[in-house]
Amino acid sequence: MNEIVQFENVGLRYGAGAETLSDLTFTLYPGSFYFLTGPSGAGKTSLLKLLYLAQRPSRGLIRLFGEDAVTMSRARLPGFRRRIGVVFQDFRLVPHLSAFDNIALPLRVAGVKEKDLTTPVAEMLDWVGLGERAEARPATLSGGEQQRVAIARAVIGRPEILVADEPTGNVDPEMAVRLLQLFEALNTLGTTIVVATHDIHLLSKVAGAQMMKLEKGGLSDPTGSLRNPPLPRDRA
Amino acid sequence: MLSLFVIPGHDRRLIPEGRLSGPMPWVIAIMIFLMVLAAGAGLAFTEAGNNISDQLSSRATVQIIEANPALKAQQTEDTAARLRGMALIDEVRILPPKEIEELIAPWLGQTENQTGNAQAGSLLEDIPLPSLIDLTLVRPAGEDELEQLRAAIRPFSANARVEPSSGLIAPVIGLVKSLQWIAFGLVALLAMATSAAVIISARSALNTHKETISVIHLLGGTDGQISRLFQRRIALDALLGGILGLLCGAAIILLLGMQLSALGSGLVQSLRLSWFSWLIIAVIPILGMLLAMVTARMTVMGALKKIL
Repeated sequence: MNEIVQFENVGLRYGAGAETLSDLTFTLYPGSFYFLTGPSGAGKTSLLKLLYLAQRPSRGLIRLFGEDAVTMSRARLPGFRRRIGVVFQDFRLVPHLSAFDNIALPLRVAGVKEKDLTTPVAEMLDWVGLGERAEARPATLSGGEQQRVAIARAVIGRPEILVADEPTGNVDPEMAVRLLQLFEALNTLGTTIVVATHDIHLLSKVAGAQMMKLEKGGLSDPTGSLRNPPLPRDRA
Repeated sequence: MLSLFVIPGHDRRLIPEGRLSGPMPWVIAIMIFLMVLAAGAGLAFTEAGNNISDQLSSRATVQIIEANPALKAQQTEDTAARLRGMALIDEVRILPPKEIEELIAPWLGQTENQTGNAQAGSLLEDIPLPSLIDLTLVRPAGEDELEQLRAAIRPFSANARVEPSSGLIAPVIGLVKSLQWIAFGLVALLAMATSAAVIISARSALNTHKETISVIHLLGGTDGQISRLFQRRIALDALLGGILGLLCGAAIILLLGMQLSALGSGLVQSLRLSWFSWLIIAVIPILGMLLAMVTARMTVMGALKKIL
């Protein structure tokens, strides 16, 4: 099984302070489902930023899709970012765009023609239960609705990896389960999923998911899956 | 450049645009207005300088200095006849006394011929004025050729003086050229001030839309895609402001032109703009827009490079 993400002795330091992340070494495999857990301040968001190329590490090696992401030129980053879907903790929806336009944004950035994106965006809106709210601006949507728009935007481009930072933080338990089902559906299509959460109850909701635990910037590996490729999820 | 204006509507919405809503179009309108005035002045001075130079650089005046009027008249005729036979000379014209009187009128007052005042007339007769021969040369003459001219007429009038007109007008030409360069210098300074205003505006817009830009970046947007949005916005602001500035500036130039024509003075009247100069002035808003666009692109690309 080819690895999709490889971290070797990765450290991250902001400015002259202590390392936020230290000596991270792990491998993520295609089609797997990972939960990243840990207390607040453990460095979950920082690790995800390294994954979705918003940050370069202070040291160590990161290989993404088989290429060195640390020394990669700025000009090549957009192409790699288009292969990664991101659900931000604070959604980061564009406030003056409608739900439809927010979801269509990754396709438009990738140069998809207008006639080719109307149907997939409408289907995605239906998939997250917001078919009736296509023209609504983020400010008029509830927290849960905004979160679903953010998820739809993250998955519309069929990314190879989906990175989600506390995607169930602002929704009720029933909606949280629904969102996880969305991620599972995507995962069964082959997308590698990394969900950062401090809600340990979620971990049991996805069969075969692997757990990565961050504590004080270091990674522990309770399931041992980070050292060995996990079994395909349908056989787990 | 055309692709700049055909960005799809949904892309344009990424960075909200409001025509003439911010200060930018008005700042550019004022800058272009001042640039049009300065360029108009510079071009008018250039044309005036060229006209004066063209008219006078191939002309010269021969002064026949002789106290005896009869002898002076004879020397003048002989000298003119000699000059007519020279290859360098295109046209020879002996100035009639009336024209000479008109030339000195500003200094000595009106003569009898002009006022009917016998006293003024006698004053003119008392002054031993030289007779003047106006020469039109086939080309602007150098000092050597003028010296040959002097040598040729010396046998007919030992005290004759040959003065090239360009020598007399040289200080005026120098002044006109100085004014011309001051005007073009002002255009350059205004262009720099416009660039500075665009840089401030682009940075402010980047700051305002920082969050949207960050999201577009993380979704895989390139620096070129993002800068194109700002370029378009600033180019349109600059074009609108530029057209406004051009219309106001052109109206003032036309008004000033009419007032200068009414003055009827030779040098002032030569301050005119040809159709080519008007064409250059009309291009100023387009150049302003291109300058704003390039400045905005460089500013935005520079700022984006600081972000991963």
